[in-house]
Amino acid sequence: MAIVSSPRKAVAVNPLKQSQPLGAALAFLGLKGMMPLFHGSQGCTAFAKVMLVRHFREAIPLSTTAMTEVSTILGGEDNVEQAILTLVEKSKPEIIGLCTTGLTETRGDDMEGILKGIRKRHPELHDLPIVFISTPDFRGALQDGFAGAVESMMRELPIAGETRPDQVTLLVSSAFTPGDVQELQEIIQSFGLTVIAVPDLSGSLDGHLDDSYSAVTHGGTSLADLRKIGSSVFTLALGESMRGAARVLQERFAIPYEVFTHVSGLEAVDSLLQALVDISGTRVPEKYRRQRRQLQDAMLDTHFYFGRKQVSLALEPDLLWANGQFLQSMGCEIQAAVTTTKSPLLEQLPVETVTIGDLEDFENLAAGSDLLITNSHGKALAKRLHIPLYRQGMPIFDRLGNGQFTKVGYRGTMQLLFDIGNLFLEREEEQAHP
Amino acid sequence: MRMTQGKINELLSESACEHNHKKEGKGKNKSCTQVAQPGAAQGGCAFDGAMIALVPITDVAHLVHGPIACAGNSWGSRGSQSSGPMLYKMGFTTDLNENDVIFGGEKRLYKSILEINQRYSPAAVFVYSTCVTALIGDDLDAVCQKAAEKIGIPVVPVNSPGFIGSKNLGNRVGGESLMEYVVGSREPAYTTPYDINLIGEYNIAGELWGVLPLFEKLGIRVLAKITGDARYEEVCHAHRAKLNVMICSKALINMARKMEERYGIPYIEESFYGVEDINRCLRNVAAKLGDGELQARVEALIAEETAKLNEALVPYRARLKGKRVVLYTGGVKSWSIISAAKDLGMEVVATSTKKSTEEDKARIKELLGQDGIMMEKGNAQELLRVIAQTKADMLIAGGRNQYTALKAKIPFLDINQERHHPYEGYVGMVEMARELDEALHSPVWAQVRQPAPWDNELMEVG
Repeated sequence: MAIVSSPRKAVAVNPLKQSQPLGAALAFLGLKGMMPLFHGSQGCTAFAKVMLVRHFREAIPLSTTAMTEVSTILGGEDNVEQAILTLVEKSKPEIIGLCTTGLTETRGDDMEGILKGIRKRHPELHDLPIVFISTPDFRGALQDGFAGAVESMMRELPIAGETRPDQVTLLVSSAFTPGDVQELQEIIQSFGLTVIAVPDLSGSLDGHLDDSYSAVTHGGTSLADLRKIGSSVFTLALGESMRGAARVLQERFAIPYEVFTHVSGLEAVDSLLQALVDISGTRVPEKYRRQRRQLQDAMLDTHFYFGRKQVSLALEPDLLWANGQFLQSMGCEIQAAVTTTKSPLLEQLPVETVTIGDLEDFENLAAGSDLLITNSHGKALAKRLHIPLYRQGMPIFDRLGNGQFTKVGYRGTMQLLFDIGNLFLEREEEQAHP
Repeated sequence: MRMTQGKINELLSESACEHNHKKEGKGKNKSCTQVAQPGAAQGGCAFDGAMIALVPITDVAHLVHGPIACAGNSWGSRGSQSSGPMLYKMGFTTDLNENDVIFGGEKRLYKSILEINQRYSPAAVFVYSTCVTALIGDDLDAVCQKAAEKIGIPVVPVNSPGFIGSKNLGNRVGGESLMEYVVGSREPAYTTPYDINLIGEYNIAGELWGVLPLFEKLGIRVLAKITGDARYEEVCHAHRAKLNVMICSKALINMARKMEERYGIPYIEESFYGVEDINRCLRNVAAKLGDGELQARVEALIAEETAKLNEALVPYRARLKGKRVVLYTGGVKSWSIISAAKDLGMEVVATSTKKSTEEDKARIKELLGQDGIMMEKGNAQELLRVIAQTKADMLIAGGRNQYTALKAKIPFLDINQERHHPYEGYVGMVEMARELDEALHSPVWAQVRQPAPWDNELMEVG
């Protein structure tokens, strides 16, 4: 049992945390024809956009209600209305994802009332879904905003229908990359199942060329598929933070669910595949039987380098948990764990304390470890501590291919083993021959 | 200094800014008072602008008083470089929680300043207010004053809530704080008749280092860099300069004008991009400092540097000659880069004039020639249309539009603040030529434009 602590200090230095609206935007970007809209000052959108563009190296649709000092005092209704009408006219979205910010939450705009009013005044918007989520910057972190947005989607979009025994819903938390979503979909499809992934970042942020320009997302979960989710036979929730959204589907449509807190590491992948066997009634395809043997071999080859290594992690809860479990399964020990927000998993981490804090705390706790895992902001401290850095989470500015990177399934696990194993190997050689 | 509406209006209607001059004496000119449009606005906020203008001061702790979005989503991402202290690259924020929003954030702010001082010994602490802390009414000035008295180093309030306006206004808000609290607060050890300040140069990708040696060679001392690679101390001394040189930006023109009023320092507006512009800049500085010998040294240096440069550019000029470019950027850069591109024999077929002043536009018109297109408005779609219409070979723009170009399989060069290559001065010109050449002549273009072999048939039919 780990103790979850927050350091007693007033100032945050080198924040690890990003805001809830950024997380909500990321979730929204996994829907097709989407335009996310921040109800806040134009800077709220600009900062989020720049970070997403730099991380994914993709054009990112993201818009703002452009609140000013005056409109903040008077209330944001006109701005929300004008923003939606302008977007409909200029960008032609199939769906809008609306979230609040610290500014409008402090002011206390009645968003439900505002949306009702707009709907009433503009019957022409009848067919345009607007998914809303309240995401004050001064509460929670990226992962919370992402999870909240997915929960809102599940509350508002799926409709009831006759159960399709071969259709499953895949809910994927912010801990997973577009490459992860793609790999998971392929695995599930190989069992003869139809899968609706939400949000499907592999359709929108995977990095691919389209034939024409679009101001909204090109790919992602389509509205038609979102509607059909009510007919799924099962929900696979990946990442603990997806539990809430899975519950919504259970409550609304009595769809059973299972949460897979991580899918990196032999046992974790095994349990996902076994679940797919149970749902589909088919055998595990030969391809994955083969991959499993490859992974076993890779584990044997690499375990020399992992055993008893001290690793320090600064990641959002779901990703922290996934990496912690994987590293433990290879014989590593967690020296320090720093995270951004609460999660029921934190207390179960194999470490004495989990710190909800920043990268200053991390720097103090991580000294002397063999490896650091955090986002690109950890670069300077890794240099100061002379410890190799393996980049995960967001943002990653100084590495290519963040969209395609895959750490799930047997193949993704092998990738992790080789990436991290090579860092350990290199360091061992350096230490042997300085 | 509180940011009252009156103060904001004064910054918005900055008298020295061309934006606020009426068009040919009649009608209304486009002004900085334009309000961002819901659903259409694209740019950053005033807080972003204030950070851009001040964060390059390297030995200062920049503390953001607000919820996590303002600092958490942006810290450490700006491209200005330091020759020494790295404190400015650290992200400090009060990271307000719900309780702070309800009960006020002043106590947390005060403690934060004390903690930063204790742990990081900064030359000064700059405290930036944000929308939320402005809305809940935290008294930034009072807290900063109290903290400064306690810790004995300057604590400078920057009243920059995002919702007061655009990035451009934020730049000026940052400049106001420097004028109010920093400039003139300390005296330099000595002065010379050749002391100048550089204003509005942020040392993106270290490009200032391609220019400073030129001034050094000429015997001109850069007293204060405002703010690229600056130390707090030098900005304090800025009031003793003999000349202010505003670089590529109207952003801090309020500083130049106020320093002229308060300290009688004249200012000139120059650019470091392109041979002609850097030549003109050096000549104008020498002329203003009013020294015949200096002017002779400038001519000698220009002759030497341009000869060297021309030789270095020979291979690039051959490969870049006649290439057609669409330029999409703001303000002064819209003409200074045209001039740089022309130096290389390239043809700028269209450019944005979104943030340009009337003076900028006149210059653009002159440089573009008759067929050049001036884009007043622009979004990604419009940009792609203009590129297709002009049959342009490449786009030069800010990082925001990088993927608009690449997705359309169009070569791209980044010229804004996140870029990694220095383009200023004579050495920067070679760097830019090399980057342009690489962008235009990469073998990937032919490959990505090639349809898959099995699509050929379709293409012919289509």
